[in-house]
Amino acid sequence: MISRIAWRNLWRNHRRSLIMLSAISLGVWGMIWMTALMRGMVDQMIDSSIKTLSGHIQIHAPGYIDDPSIEYLLPPLNKSPALQKLLASDEVVAWSERLRVPAVIRSERDVYAVTLVGIDPVRERGLSFIAESITQGSYLSSVIDNKLLLGRKLVERLETRINRRVVLMSQDPDNNIAERGFRIGGIFETDLQATETAYVFAGIETVRKLLKVGPGVSEISLLGQDYRNLDSLLEKTRSAASNADVKTWLQIDPYMASILAVMDGFVLVWFIVIFLALSFGLVNTLMMAVFERTREIGLIQALGMKPSYILLMILIESIAMLLIGLLAGNILSWLTILPVKDGIDVSAVASGLEWVGISSTLLPAVKVHDVVMANAVVLVLGILASLFPAWRASRKVPIEAITRVWQ
Amino acid sequence: MKNTAVQCRHLDKVFKQGQLSVNALSGIDIEINTGEFLCLSGPSGSGKTTLLNMVGGLDRPTAGEISVSGQRLDTMTSEQLADLRLHRIGFVFQAYNLIPVLSARENVEFVMQLQGIEESQRHSQAVEILDQVGLTGLENRRPAELSGGQQQRVAVARAIVSRPDLVLADEPTANLDSANSDNLMELMRELNSSSGTTFIISTHDEDVMKFAKRLVRLHDGRIVGDESVER
Repeated sequence: MISRIAWRNLWRNHRRSLIMLSAISLGVWGMIWMTALMRGMVDQMIDSSIKTLSGHIQIHAPGYIDDPSIEYLLPPLNKSPALQKLLASDEVVAWSERLRVPAVIRSERDVYAVTLVGIDPVRERGLSFIAESITQGSYLSSVIDNKLLLGRKLVERLETRINRRVVLMSQDPDNNIAERGFRIGGIFETDLQATETAYVFAGIETVRKLLKVGPGVSEISLLGQDYRNLDSLLEKTRSAASNADVKTWLQIDPYMASILAVMDGFVLVWFIVIFLALSFGLVNTLMMAVFERTREIGLIQALGMKPSYILLMILIESIAMLLIGLLAGNILSWLTILPVKDGIDVSAVASGLEWVGISSTLLPAVKVHDVVMANAVVLVLGILASLFPAWRASRKVPIEAITRVWQ
Repeated sequence: MKNTAVQCRHLDKVFKQGQLSVNALSGIDIEINTGEFLCLSGPSGSGKTTLLNMVGGLDRPTAGEISVSGQRLDTMTSEQLADLRLHRIGFVFQAYNLIPVLSARENVEFVMQLQGIEESQRHSQAVEILDQVGLTGLENRRPAELSGGQQQRVAVARAIVSRPDLVLADEPTANLDSANSDNLMELMRELNSSSGTTFIISTHDEDVMKFAKRLVRLHDGRIVGDESVER
């Protein structure tokens, strides 16, 4: 009966209830939608960062991070069975070896300092951006492929073009100049211009031959299952490569790590700000409902309903309103996110965002924990906000509540 | 020997209004036996409603003792008073008597549900009592769809459905025309005769007083007359 009265009371003032339900629905929709956009943006930044050679975890020879030269190489993988076993496990989605050295690239017209990266084209395909970013020419066919892959911006700065020859210079382990001419076999384009000018790619065996080094590598980059949950994989990698320097993408890119932390905090603040706006309406609606029913509450108290039941009745009313609002808000979110799940073109308003790794197409990313948190924040804080009017109603003295009727 | 339904001893009630103190009741001593049909009469401000509030456990006396069915009300907690009202006392108010979102039958069932009576019994008792007060066929109407007289009949049905020891009615006919007023009073008299439930009715309407078996007159918070009415 208490639930029935609460439910019917909810619809006594249709207009007020509908306005409140709309406010709750729009609030939840705003929470889910904005969070999906922010998460999508951050995901793109992180994805861009991870694909720009960092991977989820990197293994280097000790000393390489401080001095990324040819002197600090990891031993060949066949000398580390434990690491081989880990890389072959299901926990590792993709991995690749790389040989990275500072180099100078020279065309007929200009010279630039770059990082020369020798890659295994097959393994690199599922790991980094290179294979899917070739817009002219072709990707490397094998580790001994003799051609180079350059970024579009670097090609423009060198004032050269596809199939033209350039000269690469670096130092071999004996500090002698290692120099050789290469043909530009492919040009890649990325959202970040700095990436296009910073890296030059070639087959790893070709680079070894240029630098006159053995089968060692500068780094091994690997992808786990989830970039947010790398503790276990990190531990196992450190154990398998005990003599190496093992770092996660968060350690390699502290800027992205801080953005991620700030974003998590921002989402919570955003939820609470929206809720605060909502709570004023909720408390006001319930206070009005209680005030309007003062005499009625006095009557049911006079009939013998205990104060605790009255508190429960008002709370049920509030919870019913919150649940309906949440349901409507979630449906609205789903209906509005579904049509744009393949991306929203923000090029008109997001010019320049590519500098921080965000493309002109924004992909909303709905995370289950964000949806759960949005609903939980509204429900839990909503109930807490309702306690005051419910408590006020339950504390009414029957005679004071019905005085207007009796005298 | 008759049982005592209500006993008041040296009952005082003082209302404070700022610096002013108003003695709403002064030294009320009264004993009401089970099965009586008593009218409290007197002009506005005489203390009728205040006395009913005390007897119903809706308000607390400033001084004195008050007992209903042998239980001291003046020493009870709010929860205990709510429990007493639920199980021992039925109320009929002047207006705003029914819960507007419930139908006539649900209003009658309301008290029984609070008492924990099971649904089938509740339902059959509610239908039976509504029939007894002449509202057959109107069980599913909400208060707004009933006339004033019909609403008061529902209120009476609710007040007596769980067979309380005592029914308190404060100006129950104030908003009714004379025909409906007479019908309601006759109904309450019949219920009093058939069930033996004690009725205390406050009124200043002479037409209502003529139904009383005992008439207690109040003036300025004091009992100034107490007479049995022979019929």
